[in-house]
Amino acid sequence: MKKAGIIMIIGSLLLLGLFKFPLWNIMLGAPQYPDPLGMDIYIQGIQGVEEFDIQNIDGLNHYIGMKTIPKVEDMWEFNVFPKVIGLMVALGVIIGILGFFGKVSYKWFFGWFVLMSVLGIMGMYDFNLWLLDYGTDLDPKAIMKLENLDGTPMTYKPPLIGYQKMLNFDVDSWPGTGAYMIFVGMMLTVVAFFVGKKEYKK
Amino acid sequence: MKKSINILISLIMVAGLVSCNDGGNQKGKKGAQGGLATNAAERVYVAPGELDEFYAFMSGGFSGQLGVYGLPSGRLLKVLPVFSQNPENGWGYSEETKPMLNTSYGFVPWDDSHHPDISQTNGELDGRWVFINGNNTPRIARIGLESFKTEEIIEIPNSAGNHSSSFITENTEYVVAGTRFSVPVPQKDMSIKDYKGNFKGALTFISVDQETGRMGIKFQLIMPGFNYDLSHPGRDKSHGWFFFTTYNTEEAHSLLEVNASQNDKDFIAAVNWKKIEEYVNNGGGKKVPAKYAHNILDEHTHTATSTMLTEVLTVNPMDVPGAVYFLPTPKSPHGCDVDPTGEYIVGNGKLSADLTVHSFTKMLDAIENKKFDGEAYGIPILKFEDILAGVVKQPGLGPLHTEFDDKGNAYTTFFISSEVVKWKVGTWEVLDRQPVFYSVGHGMIPGGNSRKPFGKYFVALNKITKDRYLPTGPELTQSAQLFDISGDKMELLLDFPTIGEPHYAAGIPAELVAPKSRKIYKLAENKHKYAVLQDSEVRVERVGKEVHVYMNMIRSHFNPDNIEGVKVGDKVFFHITNHEQDFDVPHGFAVIGANNAELLIMPGATETLVWEPKQVGVWPIYCTDFCSALHQEMQGYVRVSPADSNIELSWSLGED
Repeated sequence: MKKAGIIMIIGSLLLLGLFKFPLWNIMLGAPQYPDPLGMDIYIQGIQGVEEFDIQNIDGLNHYIGMKTIPKVEDMWEFNVFPKVIGLMVALGVIIGILGFFGKVSYKWFFGWFVLMSVLGIMGMYDFNLWLLDYGTDLDPKAIMKLENLDGTPMTYKPPLIGYQKMLNFDVDSWPGTGAYMIFVGMMLTVVAFFVGKKEYKK
Repeated sequence: MKKSINILISLIMVAGLVSCNDGGNQKGKKGAQGGLATNAAERVYVAPGELDEFYAFMSGGFSGQLGVYGLPSGRLLKVLPVFSQNPENGWGYSEETKPMLNTSYGFVPWDDSHHPDISQTNGELDGRWVFINGNNTPRIARIGLESFKTEEIIEIPNSAGNHSSSFITENTEYVVAGTRFSVPVPQKDMSIKDYKGNFKGALTFISVDQETGRMGIKFQLIMPGFNYDLSHPGRDKSHGWFFFTTYNTEEAHSLLEVNASQNDKDFIAAVNWKKIEEYVNNGGGKKVPAKYAHNILDEHTHTATSTMLTEVLTVNPMDVPGAVYFLPTPKSPHGCDVDPTGEYIVGNGKLSADLTVHSFTKMLDAIENKKFDGEAYGIPILKFEDILAGVVKQPGLGPLHTEFDDKGNAYTTFFISSEVVKWKVGTWEVLDRQPVFYSVGHGMIPGGNSRKPFGKYFVALNKITKDRYLPTGPELTQSAQLFDISGDKMELLLDFPTIGEPHYAAGIPAELVAPKSRKIYKLAENKHKYAVLQDSEVRVERVGKEVHVYMNMIRSHFNPDNIEGVKVGDKVFFHITNHEQDFDVPHGFAVIGANNAELLIMPGATETLVWEPKQVGVWPIYCTDFCSALHQEMQGYVRVSPADSNIELSWSLGED
């Protein structure tokens, strides 16, 4: 299972990309913002695409009563996510090494993939909850209180993924480089599973 | 007097002759000059959202400022305040910028700006700085092209009518400033009649620090009492020399229009500045007392300081043999222009019908072989015939300035015959001529004053507009006219009004400047003494009769916006920091009855306005720049109590 073990190790190591590259990216363009404002969401915190983007997004959001974009200390996720990812990388590498030496079955590779998928879905669910809270829990003293055509208060939840028009802003929310790296990494662990299975059959 | 009238009449007559020759169809061509017959309109049309290809920095003349235009559209992008107060943004009114207009004569709120020149490296435009001269109260300003702000102004002592300025050497080693009016050096009480032999003309070489751009007078060459009209640096092969046109070599002190027009030839003074630099570096020259201001605007404190200097190094040309020569040049030459190769020095003899071109190589040869034709005040005069490269015969009347393209052509402006004439450098053959409307002064080709011109456009900078625009009473605009010079013939594309009288201009491809244009000042780098970077630092303090308001602003409020405890007779300093860190979100500040102007504060900057309330009451302040949807709400009140009231200072924001 040498080949499968190596693929498993590479696949799980790709998750380290999350420490360097953003998981998600949200861009806000408007007539007055030909260079859109943007935020990069990392597992360790949120950063502006340009130096002052976060401050400027907060400045605009205060008109409609949105909370400021959370700092690292404001959300437990930024503390826990890096640890979870670190653990999963370590686990994947250990499984890969053990697989390489034939100490564990290839099924462990798939086990890792399932666990990672569950964690990933939980992460996305949590992220969406935050977006929902961020876009709907508005300051009652907001400067502009807008209503939908049906008279319900307008909310500003950015899309989890995709494009949406919000007031004068064009909002684009798409996976970042980090997300693509996890995707490729996780796919590799599945490949490792099948390669391992094939090697085992020999 | 009679003589002057005769000259005038003959000038008018010749002007008439010329206009009969080719001006007869000028009026008739008016419609065809517009764009539809050609595709001129298309070529100057910069569609909404598109950007111009070139920046043109055009002197604001007697406005004292510098106009920034886009080419080919001719759109005015910005007026940069330099030597004159500018209420639009508080330049020269705010406490921070007032020191920029300080001089040895005290605060001088106006000047006459003439000749912008862009910094160069290896003879090519580098887009770091623009320099421009104040003609009336001799000064040189440096404008940084990241902030588009006047960052430094240095006064020139021993100078008067700072006109043969501000031209730079090809690595921006020096900015050169020559005096048009000779004066007693040092100044003293003496009879004007004793001008001859006693008045002097100072040619000032200002060194430029290559990192910071900081200027300092390296030396002043104290020349005979002629009028030093214009100048240009040698470049490439003639790098190390500087050329100054002179008139009034007669040294007349009255009715110059006649008395200074007698000599058949005046001079171009050729100055070997490298030689003088070496002399000075070896301890040469004489330090003399002089009083002149050196004003610097610090980018981090956003505050200018003015330092009065007390000494200047002067050099007597006699003490540096071989440093200065006179090149005889017919009839009161005005512009002094050097072609991109550095070989040809054009003397635009404004009262001559011909254009004289000297050869740098021949000049060196004449110097080496001592082909002299006498001397003036000990300075050798070279033999005219021995240095002459050629003559452009009868190109027009009243040549003023010559600019060069990158294909070996020269473009000379003619004030009297109101035209631009294109001729070939080397063959001296006239290739084309185009009328201008009217009476062109300088011409400008982007980079035309460097080794590497961008020969796509020529801009004629006109003194007179008459019927070219809708009339605005007796006081009219001046104008610029844009020619396409990419083909064999010049083609008039566009004319547009200008700020003040445009003298010289300097153009540069936008790509050399635009990418580094600053968007904001970083708040974290703000070192202003009265900046409030945190809301917790907001306060109002009293120091005797002075009240200092430490205020900040962000969309869409002032902090504080209610102030009480100010009294009649107080001097209130509003120190205001703009907390925005977003592009194009300045805030303004105005207070009722202020005796100065408003402030326009850029993101991250701090500025101070002084207000001396004279009446008891509650007086509003407000933001003048429509900053946001809640701009109208960006306001506040200052309560002013009687002088003897005992109301304590208090301030607040958002309290009920």
